[in-house]
Amino acid sequence: MLLKTTDLAFSHPGQKTIHFENILLEAGESLLVIGKSGSGKTTLLNLLAGLAKPDQGEILIDGQMFSKLSGQKLDLFRGQNIGIVFQKPHLLSPLSVIENLKMANFFSKIKNGNLSQILDDLGLMAKKDASVLTLSEGEAQRVSIARALANEPKLILADEPTSSLDDENTYKVIRLLQEQARKIGAGLIIVTHDQRVKDHISKFIEVKAS
Amino acid sequence: MNLFKLSWKYLTFRPFSTGLNVLLLALGLAIITVLLLMQDQLEKKMNEDAEGIDLVVGAKGSPLQLILSSVYHIDFPTGNISLEEARNLSRNRLVKSTIPLALGDNYQGFRIVGTNLDYLELYKTEFETGQAWSKPFEVVLGAEIALKLDLKTGDQFIGSHGISEGSHDHDANHFLVKGVLKPKGNVVDRLILTSIESVWLTHKEEEENEDSPKNVNLSEVTLHGLPLSDGPKEITTLLIQYRNPMAAIQLPRLVNSRTNMQAASPTFEMSRLFELLGVGISMLKGLAFVLIAISGIGIFIALYNSLKDRKYDLAILRAIGASRFQLLQMIFLEGILLTFFGAILGILIGHGFLDLIVRQNQSGVMTSIQPWIFLKAELWILVYALTVGVLASLIPAFTAYQTSIAKQLTKA
Repeated sequence: MLLKTTDLAFSHPGQKTIHFENILLEAGESLLVIGKSGSGKTTLLNLLAGLAKPDQGEILIDGQMFSKLSGQKLDLFRGQNIGIVFQKPHLLSPLSVIENLKMANFFSKIKNGNLSQILDDLGLMAKKDASVLTLSEGEAQRVSIARALANEPKLILADEPTSSLDDENTYKVIRLLQEQARKIGAGLIIVTHDQRVKDHISKFIEVKAS
Repeated sequence: MNLFKLSWKYLTFRPFSTGLNVLLLALGLAIITVLLLMQDQLEKKMNEDAEGIDLVVGAKGSPLQLILSSVYHIDFPTGNISLEEARNLSRNRLVKSTIPLALGDNYQGFRIVGTNLDYLELYKTEFETGQAWSKPFEVVLGAEIALKLDLKTGDQFIGSHGISEGSHDHDANHFLVKGVLKPKGNVVDRLILTSIESVWLTHKEEEENEDSPKNVNLSEVTLHGLPLSDGPKEITTLLIQYRNPMAAIQLPRLVNSRTNMQAASPTFEMSRLFELLGVGISMLKGLAFVLIAISGIGIFIALYNSLKDRKYDLAILRAIGASRFQLLQMIFLEGILLTFFGAILGILIGHGFLDLIVRQNQSGVMTSIQPWIFLKAELWILVYALTVGVLASLIPAFTAYQTSIAKQLTKA
């Protein structure tokens, strides 16, 4: 079992507590988290990424009680085991493409000799040493996926990765994420309100504000 | 990649803002560097040049002028004193030794000083080439003059009247370079030394304008002590060394009240001069500190503003495994790198500026200043600059430390 959550609950200040369905995910498996805007699906992603602390419940990642970690240990565990693809690429603009990936290795204290391979898989080899300011939107997003893969994480979280893409590119990005996750044996969780993604990933949970 | 490289990338990503702050800081530190160097070297030099000279006796006038003209050879002499009076004074029991000086001529702006060999011993000079004078019109050159005017032992030149450039030449007299001194880094480097008789003879011929018999024997000069002369003669000043501490109290009073001459102590006059200069120096220092403070604020604002643009970057760094502490380090590192380069640049500008001043001054006191000597105090400039860097990054670093990742990255 790669990821196991039990009875997660979280409440934003002054709002009703959101209770989340339990999640079970095996390595190499993909899961969709869907829900309307404001339903709390991003909150769930924050909890899974350790960016926010649950009020109740536990998160177990790869046998580690993730929800009990804090401070530096949490940061390091996140860096080493969880790759996050954000809605916007948010690349570090003073750096080149490869440096953005190396930065992830540096902070997580991981040595990865496969960075070039990852860039190659994502069709970014030609842009390896380019400044990230010169990338197109699509390229920037692929770099942000590459960065999430740079530490060969056990779990990949993607936050609305397809919201601004057309059908064809949506399909490409989802397939890319799935391929790469399978390649390194990682679990993949995609949080989205995009119904099109459902055509590609069958397993899903729905978050509803209750 | 590491934290150092990352900080560096962020700094060079904003070259203009970074450059401006580095420059501002550098200017402030450059002023301090120049002041430090000048103070250190001038004071050292002034003390060195006046070593062994307890009292200067010369014509009445400004005591400071007397010291500047006959110890440091900067200002104009106050006038002449009679050789007879000088001799009387030198016989006083409070006086250990005396050295006479006769000023009044120059060659291309370098002063020709008539004196005796005791003057060479006073400054413990050594010869690079040649030897001391033994006849009239034989001269010994300071190292700097030989270098600048490209003169060597055996060369001849014609002196000019007056102690600064551009006055009429004494056409009749050719000075012969008998020796060149080794560089000592003191006032002697800039002097042309000769016997008192040479100076007398130069002026004698000017006055008489005819071939009258000369009072001074052409073939002899006085090598030690005061020169003997048949007629009334004048010298410019007398440098005196005291026999005992008592002399410091009695001798100046004796000279000033009982003779037509005045006595001035180099130590006393110099401390008075530095006191006068002190106001200017503290104003410059104040300006330097204002510049440094402004650059500190500039660095603070630059870091703080850049943080606003970098909120996402900071959050991303946290998301890929960076700890809060590492972000804190990164911002501090940026401030410290910035001020470090400011300090290095400032120290270099300071030395460079001094170098420029020294190059532009052909014959003044400034020429003896070494612009590329590095002082220990300059390490303090570095420490000082880095402190400014740390202080300026304090608040921005703390802000970075507190950045919440979830709020920045996944605003729902």
